[in-house]
This record gives sequence, structure tokens and C-alpha cells, in this order.
Amino acid sequence: MPINYYIFLSLALFCIGIAGVLTRRNAIIIFMCIELMLNAVNLLLVAFSKMHHLKNAAINATAGTDGQLFVFFIMVVAAAEVSVGLAIIVMMYRNIHSVDVNFLNRLKH
Amino acid sequence: MHITQILFWFLSVVALFSALMVISSRNPVYSVLWLIVTFFSISGHYILLNAQFLAIVNIIVYAGAIMVLFLFVIMLMNLNHETEPRKNRWLRLAGAVSGGCLLLVLVAALRNTEIRQQTAEINTGDIGLISNLGKTLFTEYVVPFEISSVLFLSAMVGAVVIGKKE
Repeated sequence: MPINYYIFLSLALFCIGIAGVLTRRNAIIIFMCIELMLNAVNLLLVAFSKMHHLKNAAINATAGTDGQLFVFFIMVVAAAEVSVGLAIIVMMYRNIHSVDVNFLNRLKH
Repeated sequence: MHITQILFWFLSVVALFSALMVISSRNPVYSVLWLIVTFFSISGHYILLNAQFLAIVNIIVYAGAIMVLFLFVIMLMNLNHETEPRKNRWLRLAGAVSGGCLLLVLVAALRNTEIRQQTAEINTGDIGLISNLGKTLFTEYVVPFEISSVLFLSAMVGAVVIGKKE
């Protein structure tokens, strides 16, 4: 499969995530769009690792393993990020009884 | 048309459609369910690329753990109704247009690059199998692996401290 199909698919997923962050007001949905962007990047990393493996398999039999391990570490960091972020959203809901990001401008005053 | 090509296009269409439904459905519970569909189709892409370990980890960690956490939080806050306040129409339009502009610029920049003659191998290659990944993970990347355990511990402590009542 040509690599640019994967590039354009990941770009489309990433831009859908960005459009979601910019258009929605619910903090949980904004968070889910961030997860969507992380997954688009993961898909592109896996596709690039397979491309690298196809090119360099004669020199190094395990070429491209690093890319898939980076995806694994991105998933680790994303899991930690989600747990802390959802705790912050729950605390915010407890304080202002809403998850609307427009009400979060009180740090200014 | 080969069967893997048909699968590639099918999974791509499912991923894009469900990603669009994530950002356009009013009810947050439906958004979570569509996001699970997206994650499953991305896992299908990983299986097509013969990265089976990442496909399974993606299903277990994302669709299994993280999405259940999202669902629990939404249920806890009683957000499963469709009365979410929305941004006004011009702000929504501006957000969609700027996302589309970013897509347009990136596609135009990457359309004629040199890399497009390369191909990603499908259905072959054993670097995505767990024996290869485990060997590399526990020899070259053992220090980041141990550091990530500290990261998890701090995330756990942080979530408990933040979520605790005063």
C-alpha cells in the first residue's frame, strides 16, 4: 500500500480532531478529540515503521521496531494523561457544576 | 482489487466517518461510542500492517480502559442528555474552516514529496510480533520502560490527590 495513502488518512483524522477541539464546548469531548489526534499520529508512526522495514530489511532484520515501540510509549503516556485529565474535569465539575470550557475563564480574574 | 486493498479502503472510510460522528453528535455518550468504533478501525489498520501487538494493546488500553473511564465520568456527571450548550454558529463555522484549512495546507505540502514512491508493507514482516518487540523493549528501551512505571505511579497519585474531596 503506498505510504501517502496512510499519510493522508492520518492527516484527515488529525484535522478532524483539531476541528472538534475548536468547535465543541464540552470539556470531555475536547479531551476525546485529543485522543483522536494521538491515534492519528500512532497510525502514521506504524505505517512509517513498516515502510522503513521494507526498505532496510536486507541490512537490519529488525529495522522499524523502534517506531512501534514509540507507539507503545505514546499509549503509556496517553493512559496516564487521561487519568489525570479526567480527575481534573471531575474536580472542575464539582466546583462549578458544568464542564463547559467557556466557564473556565476565571483564572483571569 | 485485492482483498487487503478492499479492507484498507473499508477501514479508512469507517475511521473517517466515525471520527466525523464523534465531533458532530450532540449526545456525549454517542460520541464515546463512535470513538470506540474509530479505535477499532485503527486497530484493523494495525492488523493489516501486521502490527498485531499494537492492535491488541490499542483495543485493550483505548477501547477497553480509557473509553470505559470516559463513559464512567459522563454517567457520573449526568451528561447523557442532549442539552449541551453550543458555541454560536460563527464560532463553529470558524473552527471547521480552520481545521479544513490546516488539512488543505498539509495535503498540498505533502502531495508531491519524494516519499510517495515508497510503500508500507502489508501482511508481511514480523517486526510487529510480540517476540521482536519484547526483545527490543527489554534490551534497548529498558530504561524508558522503567521510567514509564514511575510515570504511572505519579499519575495514579495525582489522580487520587486531585479527585479527593477536600
